[in-house]
Amino acid sequence: MIPPEFDYHAPRSVAEAIHLLGELGPDAKLLAGGHSLLPMMKLRFAQPTHLIDLNRIDDLRGIHEEGDQLVIGAMTVENDLIDSPLLRARLPLLPEVARQIADPQVRNRGTIGGDIVHGDPGNDHPAIALALDASLVLAGPGGERTLPADGFFLGTYMTQMAEDEILVRIRVPAFAPRTGYAYHKLKRKTGDWATAAAAVVLRLDGGRVSHVRIALTNVAPMALRAHAAEALLLGQALDAARIDQAAAAVMAICAPADDLRGDAEYKTAMAGCMFRRALAQAAARCA
Amino acid sequence: MNAPKEAGLAERASALQGMGESRLRKEDARFIQGRGNYVDDIRMPGMLHMDIVRSPLAHARIKRINKEQALAIPGVHAVLTAEDLKPLKLHWMPTLAGDVQAVLADEKVHFQMQEVAIVIADDRYIAADAVEAVEVEYEDLPVVIDPYAALAPDAPVLREDLAGKTEGAHGRREHPNHIFTWEAGDAAATEAAFAAAAVTVKARIHYPRVHPCPLETCGCVASFDPVRGELTTYLTSQAPHVVRTVVSLLSGIPESKVRIVSPDIGGGFGNKVGIYPGYVCAIVASIVLGRPVKWIEDRVENISTTAFARDYHMDGEIAATADGRILGLRTHVIADHGAFDACADPTKFPAGLFHICSGSYDIAAAYCQVKGVYTNKAPGGVAYRCSFRVTEAVYLVERMVDILAQKLGLDKAEIRRRNFIRKEQFPYTSPFGFEYDSGDYHTALDKVLAAVDYPALRAEQAATRANPASPTLMGIGLVSFTEVVGAGPSKMCDILGVGMFDSCEIRVHPTGSAIARMGTITQGQGHQTTYAQIIATELGIPSEVIQVEEGDTSTAPYGLGTYGSRSTPVAGAAIALAARKIHAKARKIAAHLLEVGENDLDWEIDRFKVKGDDSRFKTMQDISWAAYHQAPPGLEPGLEAVHYYDPPNFTFPFGIYLCVVDIDRATGETKVRRFLALDDCGTRINPMIIEGQIHGGLTEGFAVAMGQQMPFDAQGNLLGNTLMDYFLPTAVETPKWETDHTVTPSPHHPLGAKGVAESPHVGSIPTFTAAVVDAFAHLGVDNMTMPHNAYRVWQQLRDCGAAL
Ligand SMILES: Cc1cc2nc3c(=O)[nH]c(=O)nc-3n(C[C@H](O)[C@H](O)[C@H](O)COP(=O)(O)OP(=O)(O)OC[C@H]3O[C@@H](n4cnc5c(N)ncnc54)[C@H](O)[C@@H]3O)c2cc1C
Repeated sequence: MIPPEFDYHAPRSVAEAIHLLGELGPDAKLLAGGHSLLPMMKLRFAQPTHLIDLNRIDDLRGIHEEGDQLVIGAMTVENDLIDSPLLRARLPLLPEVARQIADPQVRNRGTIGGDIVHGDPGNDHPAIALALDASLVLAGPGGERTLPADGFFLGTYMTQMAEDEILVRIRVPAFAPRTGYAYHKLKRKTGDWATAAAAVVLRLDGGRVSHVRIALTNVAPMALRAHAAEALLLGQALDAARIDQAAAAVMAICAPADDLRGDAEYKTAMAGCMFRRALAQAAARCA
Repeated sequence: MNAPKEAGLAERASALQGMGESRLRKEDARFIQGRGNYVDDIRMPGMLHMDIVRSPLAHARIKRINKEQALAIPGVHAVLTAEDLKPLKLHWMPTLAGDVQAVLADEKVHFQMQEVAIVIADDRYIAADAVEAVEVEYEDLPVVIDPYAALAPDAPVLREDLAGKTEGAHGRREHPNHIFTWEAGDAAATEAAFAAAAVTVKARIHYPRVHPCPLETCGCVASFDPVRGELTTYLTSQAPHVVRTVVSLLSGIPESKVRIVSPDIGGGFGNKVGIYPGYVCAIVASIVLGRPVKWIEDRVENISTTAFARDYHMDGEIAATADGRILGLRTHVIADHGAFDACADPTKFPAGLFHICSGSYDIAAAYCQVKGVYTNKAPGGVAYRCSFRVTEAVYLVERMVDILAQKLGLDKAEIRRRNFIRKEQFPYTSPFGFEYDSGDYHTALDKVLAAVDYPALRAEQAATRANPASPTLMGIGLVSFTEVVGAGPSKMCDILGVGMFDSCEIRVHPTGSAIARMGTITQGQGHQTTYAQIIATELGIPSEVIQVEEGDTSTAPYGLGTYGSRSTPVAGAAIALAARKIHAKARKIAAHLLEVGENDLDWEIDRFKVKGDDSRFKTMQDISWAAYHQAPPGLEPGLEAVHYYDPPNFTFPFGIYLCVVDIDRATGETKVRRFLALDDCGTRINPMIIEGQIHGGLTEGFAVAMGQQMPFDAQGNLLGNTLMDYFLPTAVETPKWETDHTVTPSPHHPLGAKGVAESPHVGSIPTFTAAVVDAFAHLGVDNMTMPHNAYRVWQQLRDCGAAL
């Protein structure tokens, strides 16, 4: 429960952090909230020899609007997502999800950026980024580049981000009027990762689905977007037979690992169940 | 107690804050301000830190240990292995159960995370690095996890050190992996009852392995003074005096030069009764290095190595008449003790007091047999918030009675009513020979059923079952339990030969305040609060000015400690009787001061007064002063007494618990809609503390029944040894508790008190199981194995075709 020795660096700017990252090489790790990294270091699964703490870089925090986009600093902590009037008004799914993550202590330090780039399939923000059609702004030695969340997640602890890059911002389109949304997360106890969870973002037009995004947490090596289920629902009325088909399509893409939360059969069934509940709640919120 | 006649009397009585008052806990001020003093808070000059190299494998031979790299790290003082302890004959130690346990693995390891070497360093960071640097080469051996497989004729032999030993501490060993076979009751009479019975039921009831998991892990600071030859050890122990005796025997240091101090303890629940290799190693290291050495377990070490509980595989059988009267009960148990038999039971009882398993029922014939078995798991088998194996016993009988009721189509309340021991049968001798002191089970049952409107609940359940679209299954669990606590009469109970009495010493000071010391040690029970209340009522001294001290073997009288709900039944009686000795002396002094005969005095709350003359009296405060100032001729000055109480019998608290659950047919999640606990612990000393203890015990029972588990894979890896997986419920998960009580005092206890803090754990666990199983009863299910987490309950839903 005690990590090996490491050196600690506290840059004041993104440029300085990128410089340090390049200079110190692969033995260095960025430190955000520390709530994924430090447990791994205490168990000695991760043994970085340098930590580059991003907490003193003010530019990386905060939430603001740019037209129809919301821009969220990578170092914004979960509690700030929960408390943001802007998000509550324009992107209420995010505060609702943040409230379901870990516990108040963790949410006080843990950041949205760390949660996304860590690449842990149990983390909630990756699926939410997929459901919200978010883009990730990465800064590296060569400047900034923007990647869509869809396609960013490659596998457990694997993403499109390069070793010398820093996630600086997340850009998310605000909800159009009458967007329904929900995130249903089954967990064993408060503070636990999902046994299975499903996010649904939905708009209806004349009783038919005009927009739908479905994403799943912890039922595969990475967050999943349920393309086939989306296609089954788009343009359709939400009748029981359709919902059954979509749920079957959701379950068909699940490939969860067995663990103490359950075996693959249970987790797959729960992904279907969470999807149905999220869809029902999202539809009810479309009004 | 007489009700005070006038307002003045009532005020004087309540000013004492004595028995029956919900006095606020005296301990809380320091705990809620962060002013507690736990073992890890203790720092001594020159103190070094110990960490432990542990085995990654569950069964392996140690080929080679290389310390060189660890010793080369600056700040590392020593690396010790079994080889180093051998010359001191401390590489093995005796266990409380009559076995031996490796202090550091001697040639082979027997369970994952077993202690292989220790590292002593300047701080715990260096120590952790040095642990990594110790190289150990292992050769795999076949692993035995299943206790039934352990007894197979060709099973790998786990304990090579016992080769050829056919006699164990508890009789013949039939197999190299067999520890003991223990039995109680009358096998022949039981067989006859079964042969004649109209109905019999049989089931395998598994009580899985769990861990007490107190918030504070185990640890110690050992400090040997090489000049004085004295050893002081601060240690998280529920039984410091026993530790002192054992340490003296092991080390050869006279007991008078060994001082064990249990400071504030962050929860014990049985986890802190035993003596662990870590303690022995820290003490040895301090003696060898001549400096204080601190060892504090981390959470993974705590869950993985120090004292699990339960792991009983019970084959239960009941014989009954066609109308549900129980004629006989029989059980055969395989008890998985892990790699060493390190259970902490009274020495003569290798299965503890498991033979309380005839429960609250009047059963003519009963028999039980328990076989202890070695496997490649950590040792333990402690009483996790219960008296020795009482939780297992209650679980068995309550499950079996429900199974019988289901077979007969009888209501679960009705079958209990038909079989309860009746009030007029007390004192009642059970078929296993216990003498139940007092009880009134029917009254308690009626009270609970009325409080919840039981018929209405059953009607609602029937309606839910009739509706195929219902999103939930509804279950009602009902349990009646009888505990056996307050171990115990020294004619039956001892630990390593020391009788299981307990003690109290009270000194009343000249100005009328007092200090009391006991052989027990509080770990959340609130002894400093309630013990003072007993003295307040007995001696008329306000609780506020009574100091209660425990845990320091140099000042407290010898006692066996706090576990098995024994503090109030045993130490509480010692307190009352020590106080009564003082009371008797105080009467002599008062008679002398008032110039009357002792028999001319009446005791009234806080004073002796002359019969028939209210104006002539001496208060306890007057008497205290006089005791030091003008003691009557022929009487020693001073006002103090010691009492060692050897209880004549155990006490038998009981209760009726009822739980209503709704099970989500889609996810398998169980919601506890209602839980009512009615407890009868005899005389109630502090109702608020009782309420708190019951809430805590119910919450821990909920944790065990609904989530705690210690699964092993085939290689003997313990899966889930952190709090991410090991279930400790928070306020979010914890159901709302309702409590009630009846009062049936113990006739043999000086205060009539029976002990309470473990009842809610013992009683609630089978209640949760009963409720969950009851939800499936109409689908033909009569038993399910804990923990009833969503995943497992969902599998049952799926198997019954009830999943949505
Ligand atoms: C008890 C507990 C329960 C939890 N439960 C949940 C849960 O239910 N759901 C959930 O989603 N999470 C959960 N978490 C994880 C928590 O949300 C973490 O805070 C989060 O996963 C990581 O964010 P962080 O800011 O703490 O990152 P850190 O732990 O500091 O970093 C994580 C990784 O991301 C890298 N990193 C961080 N920020 C950046 C950046 N801006 N650019 C590039 N790389 C970066 C780090 O180098 C590191 O490799 C839980 C954690 C705990 C301790």
